[in-house]
Amino acid sequence: MAALRPRRRALLRLCRAFSSGGCQLAPERGGERRDAAPSRVSRFCPPRKSCHDWIGPPDKYSNLRPVHFYIPENESPLEQKLRELRQETQDWNQQFWANQNLTFLKEKEKFIDSRLKAKGLELRAESGQKATLNAEEMADFYKQFLSKNFQKHMYYNRNVSEAGCSVTTASPDQ
Amino acid sequence: MAASPHTLSSRVLTGWVGGCVWYLERRALQESPRRFLHLLRNVNQQWVTFQHFNFLRHMYVTQLNRSFNQQIKPKPEPVPSPFLEKASLDEAKTEIYKMRPLSPASLSLSRKPNEKESIELEPTPVIEGSIAVGTETKEEKQWKEMKLRVDDLPGILARLSKIKLTALVVSTTSAGFALAPAPFDWPCFLLTFVGTGLASCAANSINQFFEVPFDSNMNRTKNRPLVRGQISPLLAVSFAACCAVPGVALLTWGVNPLTGALGLFNIFLYTCCYTPLKRISIANTWVGAVVGAIPPLMGWTAATGSLDAGAFLLGGILYSWQFPHFNALSWGLREDYSRGGYCMMSVTHPDLCRRVALRHCLALVAMSAAAPALDVTTWTFPVIALPINLYISYLGFRFYRDADRKSSRKLFFCSLWHLPLFLLLMLTCKRPAAQGDAGGPQS
Repeated sequence: MAALRPRRRALLRLCRAFSSGGCQLAPERGGERRDAAPSRVSRFCPPRKSCHDWIGPPDKYSNLRPVHFYIPENESPLEQKLRELRQETQDWNQQFWANQNLTFLKEKEKFIDSRLKAKGLELRAESGQKATLNAEEMADFYKQFLSKNFQKHMYYNRNVSEAGCSVTTASPDQ
Repeated sequence: MAASPHTLSSRVLTGWVGGCVWYLERRALQESPRRFLHLLRNVNQQWVTFQHFNFLRHMYVTQLNRSFNQQIKPKPEPVPSPFLEKASLDEAKTEIYKMRPLSPASLSLSRKPNEKESIELEPTPVIEGSIAVGTETKEEKQWKEMKLRVDDLPGILARLSKIKLTALVVSTTSAGFALAPAPFDWPCFLLTFVGTGLASCAANSINQFFEVPFDSNMNRTKNRPLVRGQISPLLAVSFAACCAVPGVALLTWGVNPLTGALGLFNIFLYTCCYTPLKRISIANTWVGAVVGAIPPLMGWTAATGSLDAGAFLLGGILYSWQFPHFNALSWGLREDYSRGGYCMMSVTHPDLCRRVALRHCLALVAMSAAAPALDVTTWTFPVIALPINLYISYLGFRFYRDADRKSSRKLFFCSLWHLPLFLLLMLTCKRPAAQGDAGGPQS
């Protein structure tokens, strides 16, 4: 149980690192460049008689499937800690990937716009369809994006395996 | 024609290779019956076997086709999953409608309802409160209970262990076993077969366990069992342990300790070196190539008990093959790799990616010539393998020069049929043990 505490601290630190104001799901207003990752909290409620976790469809932004954790009636403190750890890990992953994907999209759009402008092309063709660059033209962007986000990924990788292992070793079977 | 042990084992193995993938064909059959029937009309039995293999690979890779030129955009409202069971759907629906009027006090600790209203997104605002009830219900329908369904378990475990990839790994091990200069021993072969298969299942399961959030974000991998919650992570790890332990034990005590050690080392290399390296450095491709090269080595050591030049040649062939195969595949996945943080040559060093692919195509030609020199095959082998080797080298050159999606796809698909054909030609030209230079292919 004591082993969970340092990991939880690391998780919370990471949460703060990835959201600009703490481990919250509320967005930053005021035009900050790094918006907090949005997260759609589902209205889903599992059926009353179910005593299992429920897994939802992939999130629109993070592509991760949210899990609705079952709370047994006679949940022990340790089980509660585990469930909370799992929830934190899930939220943290959600935050990271939603942020990552949104950043990718935004930067990709910016890159396409700048390249099209440089080429002197319109952003939209006559048919009204958005002009795109082919894969070879996008290759520069992919390389840039990957190297720019390398440190962020390293930090994420170091912590995700730790969190995943601690959750899995303590988790009950479903 | 004298039925020497080599001829017999070659034929049996050929027939077995065709037969053991037959069940996969049955699935593919539904998708393309016309093509399949056309295949059956082919005269030459050996070629039918390869074309079956080729056909299978095409079916397998057709799924990759869809993700070859991937675009990332925010998803529209998700469509209901086809896998949702009707019974639980109806049940969930009625329960959901009943539960909606309940107060927040009845909601679990893991939900934060008061935050819904404050969530907004640029440029398209997501206003949770105003979503139509119909849309909401549709989304809620897609929630699935994480209960293990025993009926689905075999299919789930097959996907978890990447059963098709395992089958290919085991095929290369069998090729190593059959090419080794030792009498074909069936019990030993079966033990190697099963042991390697189990070890491969274990390695693949652990790999999927480590990569859930990454797999969720790539089109190619987003339907894996752990991503979809069809199996719990603990069960996946337990399954991996239940495969690894008997697999390695079978290889160590049933076959020989060297084969067992190679199996264990390969599991370690794949799960603990290759998997994390994917996100750290492009060196992962070279490590992955070693992972692919070890199974034929295992087959050889299982038959002979030692690692000699022939074993390393076979390993070298598989090692070199990985590069045109993987580099061509990765060319079409650059967007997903970039977004997911995977360090692949195709993204970071595209010139190197194509150069390495070409280099290793040419290495395959060189290794075909080395095969008779090392007494693995007769001199007929490099001659009859030359056409396919030249063709893959030509496609490698086109990929190097053109650097586009079309050339990468051609190279990738060529690599799929090139390898089984190459190994089969080696098998048919295997140097007979007793005599010296026996001459032509054993047919």
